[in-house]
Amino acid sequence: MTNINKNTPIDDLTIGGNIYEAGNAREFKTGDWRSVRPIWLEEKCKQCGLCFPVCPDNAIPVCKDSLKRTDYNYDYCKGCGVCAKACPFAAIEMKEEGVDE
Amino acid sequence: MSIRERLSGNEAVATAMKQINPDVVAAFPITPSTEIPQYFSTFVANGSVDTEFVAVESEHSAMSACIGAQSAGSRAMTATSANGLSLMWEMIYIASSLRLPIVLNLVNRAVSGPLNIHCDHSDAMGVRDAGWIMLFSENNQEAYDNNLMAHKIAENENVQLPVMICQDGFITSHSIENIELEEDSEVKKFVGEYHPEHYLLNKKEPLAVGPLDLQSYLFEHKAQQGEAMKAAKQVILDVSKDFEKWTGRHYSLFEEYKLDDAEVAIVCMNSTAGTTKSVVDSLRENGVKAGLLKIRVYRPFPGEEVANALQHLKAIAVLDRADSLNAVGGALFEDVTSSMYVYKKNVPVVNYVYGIGGRDTTEKDIESVYADLSEIVSNGKVENPYRYLGLRKGAK
Amino acid sequence: MAYNLKEVVANKPSRFTEGHRMCAGCGAPVVARHILRALKEEDHAVIAGATGCMEVSTFIYPYTAWTDSFIHTAFECAGATLSGAEAAYKSLKKQGKLPEDEHTKFIAFGGDGGTYDIGIQSLSGAMERGHDMLYVCYDNGAYMNTGIQRSSATPQFADTTTSPAGKVIPGKMQTRKDLTKIMVGHHLPYVAQTAAINNMKDLYEKAEKAIYTEGPTFLNVMAPCPRGWGYATEDLMQINKLAVETCYWPLYEVVDGVYHITYKPVKKLPIEEFLKPQKRFKHMFKPGNEWMIEEFQKEVDKRWQELLDLEEITNKN
Repeated sequence: MTNINKNTPIDDLTIGGNIYEAGNAREFKTGDWRSVRPIWLEEKCKQCGLCFPVCPDNAIPVCKDSLKRTDYNYDYCKGCGVCAKACPFAAIEMKEEGVDE
Repeated sequence: MSIRERLSGNEAVATAMKQINPDVVAAFPITPSTEIPQYFSTFVANGSVDTEFVAVESEHSAMSACIGAQSAGSRAMTATSANGLSLMWEMIYIASSLRLPIVLNLVNRAVSGPLNIHCDHSDAMGVRDAGWIMLFSENNQEAYDNNLMAHKIAENENVQLPVMICQDGFITSHSIENIELEEDSEVKKFVGEYHPEHYLLNKKEPLAVGPLDLQSYLFEHKAQQGEAMKAAKQVILDVSKDFEKWTGRHYSLFEEYKLDDAEVAIVCMNSTAGTTKSVVDSLRENGVKAGLLKIRVYRPFPGEEVANALQHLKAIAVLDRADSLNAVGGALFEDVTSSMYVYKKNVPVVNYVYGIGGRDTTEKDIESVYADLSEIVSNGKVENPYRYLGLRKGAK
Repeated sequence: MAYNLKEVVANKPSRFTEGHRMCAGCGAPVVARHILRALKEEDHAVIAGATGCMEVSTFIYPYTAWTDSFIHTAFECAGATLSGAEAAYKSLKKQGKLPEDEHTKFIAFGGDGGTYDIGIQSLSGAMERGHDMLYVCYDNGAYMNTGIQRSSATPQFADTTTSPAGKVIPGKMQTRKDLTKIMVGHHLPYVAQTAAINNMKDLYEKAEKAIYTEGPTFLNVMAPCPRGWGYATEDLMQINKLAVETCYWPLYEVVDGVYHITYKPVKKLPIEEFLKPQKRFKHMFKPGNEWMIEEFQKEVDKRWQELLDLEEITNKN
């Protein structure tokens, strides 16, 4: 599936547009949609867990064992800012993309 | 051993469905196909099939449910007529584009309006470009036999397309005629089990069906459907050959009746072929070299084969039981004439739109067509290629 | 086991992946993902999608954002399509053609267009026939996929592209259809209305009950649309909360006909709080249009009271 693209010959396309690799949208990166970037300020983060469930793009990884979040997966984050607004501790800052620190 | 019975066309189809024992039947009643889901739900109620019968609330849902069921990995069947097929129209295209070998029995009836419950082929003609294999049946026997062959054709790996089996509303569906049925166990053996490679219920390989298919892909996916339709022709012939070995009943893409040495011939579909055969026989007694070509496989249209089979004639009449209202001629007429043109067979052809809304087509009507053909042969020209048969003419 | 949001999110894999193409900040992926987390990990699911925002942006050839099986056929028939798949499951299971120890759950997702309007017949049919499936409506209150046209779920006075707030007609003139109650009228074993608020416990627990109650079940979930509603994208969770705190979108469930309001605001907020941040209601705040807010409030109050009454009545026995 992953090797199907706009140049794939007709015989190599699946019939009916079927997709046999469930969840392969992960291979499609949406990070370049972003115009603002969330910055995670780890020192301010209390690991309350309010940010990651509200991310529409599943772009905040959570560790299975420690139940702690880690830094953003910028491959998918679209920069909506919902997480920053959900954070009660101001531990997420939204910064414009392309503007130097 | 075949079993001799007397059944109506609807009973014949329901019997075939019972023997096929599909996993799911989803249907909504509409005259004249209503009896099919009625009989079938009795089989379900009495436990004589394993089928889940889904008594849907519309034909749109009937085809939607069949698509869901077939994608899930089961065999799905349905039946409808006229407006029922019209309501399904959107899903008819989706079923074939998803490459699902669903089998639908279409009991032909005039599409509204105004409302009419009797036979013509306007329902079938409305979906002739929808990517379904379309088989037409002269009588109850052919409707039964086409059902027994349908799944093997539809499910063939080079095809994977849905099949629509047509029979004439009331004329075939409600007349009781002799029929030869096959043993349940033999049918089961012939039809075989359905084991799709990919299906929704496969936990090990989840499947996604029906994507948004944009500019880079839809064209190729449609062309794949087109290739499958071309491949279907040989598959239909192969399955028909196997069927003949089993039952002794011969089927091909079309039937040629006394066509070999004929000078004039009619091309038609479904029950009118029966009337025409009788007329051909009596004309032959009077020395008229009349013949018939009865289309069985309308989609894929066997253009080259039809053109070759008709090339030796002096005049041809194509009978359309649906008017395309395009000021040119009916759908079958267009298919036949364009095939003849492409394969360079130059025979005068005339079109008759007939039998609309259940108008009777008698032997006398058919005789008049052959008389017209003889006139065309002697004149050497076709005055008006787009005609009506059996229409009350105005006084003017 | 008590609900713990962090554990649920950390330990239950997302069955709705990243890499989908819903708008930034869309409310629908948040609810869909959380609903699917209520599935037992070992269970397989067949998910049907009605044509709409969610379907077209999660399933663009050759990509799917669903880790379970997914089927999309058309706009108005997610209910019927899924009922066919469920019938196939029943039939094949009965015939011993599927592994005995494997279980498949059936879940449909439709927007308010595909559910309240064009798909209501197919939904009603599927529910009435008793298929073992959950239908989820993610209600964003207009046909967002085609560009914000009014639906029967659009609130009164909302400015949409087919109910524009003009000089003579101030937005949509009709009040919302109450689809949840229509589904209650089908006498289903489980019907609920929910939204993603606070720690999403309400959403998760209702999803779990809906998925694992045998028979046809229905969830109506509010899914705000920043583009169609005209609020600031980052305010998704605030908007959800305001909808619930004003009783515009009450959270309740109906189990075998018995109503249970799952959240009662201590102090019901005035409806302006919900309306104000949204551009679609902007015209209601112009001088002279106070009557619109009053009327809106009256409708909210009436429906909330009706719900309180229903809860009381149905719990009497």
